[in-house]
Amino acid sequence: MSIQVSHEAAPPDVRERDWRVGAKAFALWVEPVARNSAAILVFLLLWELAPRFGLINRTFLPPFSEVVTRGVEYAWAGKLWPQVFVSIERAAGGFALGVITAVPLGLLVGWYKPLEAYLNPLLQLLRQTNPVSLFPAFILFFGIGYATNVAIIYWVVVWPILLGTVTGVRQADPALVKYARSIGLPDWRIFVKVVLPSALPSIITGARLGATYSFLMLVVSEMVGASSGLGYLIVNAQYLLSVHLLYVGVIVLALLGIASNWGLVALERRLTAWKQDIRS
Amino acid sequence: MSEAARLFGNPRVLGRVAASDGRNTTAAGRLETSGRRLDGAAIELSELTKTFGHRVVLSAVNLKVEPGQFIAIVGRSGGGKTTLLRLIAGLDRPTSGAVSIDGCAVADVQKAARIMFQDARLLPWQRVIANVGIARGDDWRAQAMQALQAVGLADRAQDWPYVLSGGQRQRVALARALVPKPKILLLDEPFGALDALTRADMHRLLLTLWAERGFTSILITHDVAEAIALADRVLVLRDGRIALDLAIDTPRSEREGASSLLAELKRRVVAEV
Repeated sequence: MSIQVSHEAAPPDVRERDWRVGAKAFALWVEPVARNSAAILVFLLLWELAPRFGLINRTFLPPFSEVVTRGVEYAWAGKLWPQVFVSIERAAGGFALGVITAVPLGLLVGWYKPLEAYLNPLLQLLRQTNPVSLFPAFILFFGIGYATNVAIIYWVVVWPILLGTVTGVRQADPALVKYARSIGLPDWRIFVKVVLPSALPSIITGARLGATYSFLMLVVSEMVGASSGLGYLIVNAQYLLSVHLLYVGVIVLALLGIASNWGLVALERRLTAWKQDIRS
Repeated sequence: MSEAARLFGNPRVLGRVAASDGRNTTAAGRLETSGRRLDGAAIELSELTKTFGHRVVLSAVNLKVEPGQFIAIVGRSGGGKTTLLRLIAGLDRPTSGAVSIDGCAVADVQKAARIMFQDARLLPWQRVIANVGIARGDDWRAQAMQALQAVGLADRAQDWPYVLSGGQRQRVALARALVPKPKILLLDEPFGALDALTRADMHRLLLTLWAERGFTSILITHDVAEAIALADRVLVLRDGRIALDLAIDTPRSEREGASSLLAELKRRVVAEV
């Protein structure tokens, strides 16, 4: 009598165990996705149903699906993308200009105390100046168009990045700076090796805030002083009572804001991989 | 037998248990250092005085440290211990008097000296190997790796500092201090924050490296037992002056036992602190 052992099929208990492991892995993947999207799905469902059931006048708020359909048609017709790109160009221009000027200035102000003593009062004064109140002045200087839009976005972006950079430099650990001095590193190497990396998380936090402000000011500037862009699209849709298009503009702006924040978060994770995650 | 084992483990070479005035090197002390390579620097403090405003922190301190000697300085907080270390390292200027290393007056940050602090002071944004090779000399990576091997952490070279334990961080800090092959290692309470077992490990590691490399060591500590366990000489710094300079001639291998003489040494030091 011989006993045949099959190598092709795993025993039932092993198969069951594999199935359970697979199910557990799937549940682990699904759980955060479901958690993150639950509130959004409920919100979109309410948006869809409230106009349909007459809870909200659909002239002012069409159902979500109709807005999406209108948005796809508008994009398909090639009318949406030029507005999106011109808005991105303005926001990115103002933001890039803000980073290029605020980071070096912040590093200087944070590092050299005499400079800080002289400049800080002026910077605080300028920071508190309402950007919307400055808009007419910017139009006088630059006229209606790209330069004004970029300038006003720059004005709101520069402050959080500047303050984030100054704070970051100030928060550099004095013990690390003293150690670097004790091994005879020159000032410029202490700056590059110790101060700049210390300031980086704070700079990125400022940049994220700046990015949020940039989209805020982008819409304002395009509503008042532009003939293109998503802000212009929204205000024009309001004038023409094209409510669907108005919400298309709102949704696209929200998506752009989310995308820019994701990008900066990814950059932050990459540049600050050394930081201990306190949640881990 | 390795140099370290010869140094710490052979009572026949090291002679009898004894204590004496640290200014006169004893027979046992000479024998203890005679078997190893002395790459350390001689340090001399002459009438060294340091004041901060009206407060006198160090008052006309005179001290001679021979190359390769291991000195421990104990004293109360605010007694001028760290100031003394900073003056030797060239990080501060004396109000009067002078510090000289191998006969040369100290006027700037001493590249021959390295300091270890109570906290490891590793750059959190650089991996372990980059921290060890922070000075970035020629061939820094190979030298950093050698130093990490010397402290037994070669396998942690690519880790971030935050994943290391307190003892491992101090070992990385020790490796970092060893890379430029210093003639003087200044230790500002480097083991103060460690648990007893890790501290004992660090003591063994430090003594092994000191024996192999022969650098001059000056350890600041609040722990009298630690000072007696590690040093050739224990100095008590009180009110800015050296109140006691005591040579410890007992072989290190025998210092862990609770001999009555060691207890007497401890009593004498504590009485002066």
